[in-house]
Amino acid sequence: MFAFIFKRILYAIPIALAVAAVCFSLVHLAPGDPLSAVIPADAPTAVVAAIKEAYGMDRPLVVQFFSWVERAVQGDLGLSVATGRPVMGDIGLALGNTLLLAFAAAALGFGGGILLGTLAAIYNGTWIDKLATGLAITGVSVPHYWLGLVLVIVFSVQLDWLPSMGAGLDGSGAWKWDWAHMQFLVLPALTMCFIPMGIVTRTVRATVSEILNAEFVTALRARGLGAFAITHHVAKNAAPTVLSVMGLQFGYLLGGSILVETVFAWPGTGFLLNTAIFQRDIPLLQGIILVLAMFFVALNLLVDVLQTLLDPRIKRI
Amino acid sequence: MTQTPSTLIHPAPLNALPSAEGLPLSSRGYWATVWMRLRRDKVSMSCAGLLLGLVAIALLAPWLAPHDPAYGVMNQRLAPIGTPGHWLGTDELGRDMLSRLMHGGRTSLMMGLLPVFIAFVIGTALGIAAGFFGGWLNTAIMRTTDVFFAFPAVLLAIAISGALGAGFTNAIISLTLVFIPPIARVAESTTTSVRNLDFVDAARATGARSFKLIRVHVLGNVLGPVFIYATSLVSVCMILAAGLSFLGLGVKPPVPEWGLMLNTLRQSIYLQPWISVLPGLMIFVTSLCFNLLSDGLRSAMDIKR
Repeated sequence: MFAFIFKRILYAIPIALAVAAVCFSLVHLAPGDPLSAVIPADAPTAVVAAIKEAYGMDRPLVVQFFSWVERAVQGDLGLSVATGRPVMGDIGLALGNTLLLAFAAAALGFGGGILLGTLAAIYNGTWIDKLATGLAITGVSVPHYWLGLVLVIVFSVQLDWLPSMGAGLDGSGAWKWDWAHMQFLVLPALTMCFIPMGIVTRTVRATVSEILNAEFVTALRARGLGAFAITHHVAKNAAPTVLSVMGLQFGYLLGGSILVETVFAWPGTGFLLNTAIFQRDIPLLQGIILVLAMFFVALNLLVDVLQTLLDPRIKRI
Repeated sequence: MTQTPSTLIHPAPLNALPSAEGLPLSSRGYWATVWMRLRRDKVSMSCAGLLLGLVAIALLAPWLAPHDPAYGVMNQRLAPIGTPGHWLGTDELGRDMLSRLMHGGRTSLMMGLLPVFIAFVIGTALGIAAGFFGGWLNTAIMRTTDVFFAFPAVLLAIAISGALGAGFTNAIISLTLVFIPPIARVAESTTTSVRNLDFVDAARATGARSFKLIRVHVLGNVLGPVFIYATSLVSVCMILAAGLSFLGLGVKPPVPEWGLMLNTLRQSIYLQPWISVLPGLMIFVTSLCFNLLSDGLRSAMDIKR
């Protein structure tokens, strides 16, 4: 088992490097020079050359890539072309907000999904099952940015109960655990929880109903175990599958928050990414995508390791 | 050997099901059985009907739409739903919403279907090649898809689109790139499981070449599962494509497209909230129908059950 975990960790290194290479090559996918956003078209060639040298863009690509990786590992993702500030600082601030939103949405989505999925599996075929599967398929089909808009219309415009944008009263984004700040979290988190809730509901329903039909559960019932003890056994068997789906979904919440953050002007990485795209700020774009993708790689690694620890039968690679 | 490979894989349950006419089903082919089972599924059939209707409206939009979708009347901006002459109201530039929704369907449906279709063709080819030939080819193709799996789909689509710049073609390219790896993975695992089955070995022993083996034996068994999987991606693609336009990375104004309409009408939620909801409602209904139809297709094609 530890050999597997060791191998899995080793395997994450080439993946991380390849991910970094994809992020790096984004610059060269972009039409035109990455510096064209800051250099005026009529700048003298000597000035252009000087700026290129300052950014290290006169060296061969491979050299640029490895020096970029070397600096990235040390936490230096370069300077934003638009603002001149270090990219890492901006991402750090935004990442905190995105994590907060992702955790809130995950808590709602996973909790609701596990509850609905379990109920649907126990009451298989009844109206409870139909309601839960209906909610699940709605959750995975709804465009979440539109759902956000509908929630804003209902709860902010019509009822005026909750704020529609931002993450704080003064707009600074400094977070406190009181209602004045928490109320800004309600609508974005509610909007984002629908997709993971739908997917977790479907997974839990399929897994739990399969386990409930297994012979060992019948044997447990025959031995006279109560509902609680059986639930314990079922949960233990369902955990690895459900956990891996939840890990993946949490990654999607982190990386896929751009649309919802844009709707609610939530000052997270997605909102920052949107800014980077519109200012054609390639170092910032590259940095955000690298950081989010690395989170995703690490999360996948963590899920695989946890899964192996939970279920020693799993032996992969 | 006139039997198709699909019935060779799951022969038994076909005979077990009684048909509507009371005849044994063994005379019926695989796809005929799937179609028969799908036809009995009310939810799937209503979704298919609704989708056909939407596609027909989108195709016939230039003839059906009551107004020019690009022509705005400035003193009729944001007319409410139910205004005579503009039954679904007008948008922020005074353009008829009904006409724009009809024309918008052309772009939105195209952006939802085309990337999945291209990715289906390329991804299946890559997956079958990787699964059938194995070895270094498999390693090269599958490890490359691993890298793409290290990105959340939304992030990857936005990153590529953001780098390439806005536009219809760039959005199609980035969405296609997002969907190739998962389709290739499904095709690869199915091919690997079919490759070593007895009937493929038997065909190989008779001296059939690789290309013929793939065409006759592998393709028939792999296309079904990959097709089901691809249909489940259409709804994801619709939502992602409209999302790209919503962020301004898809089509450019004044082209009517549901995601872009949602974006521009977002400014009007305090004036005419229910008009700004309409384009998103269209995306939702279409994507829900594709999801339900894909689910129905999955259970109709799952002969083992």
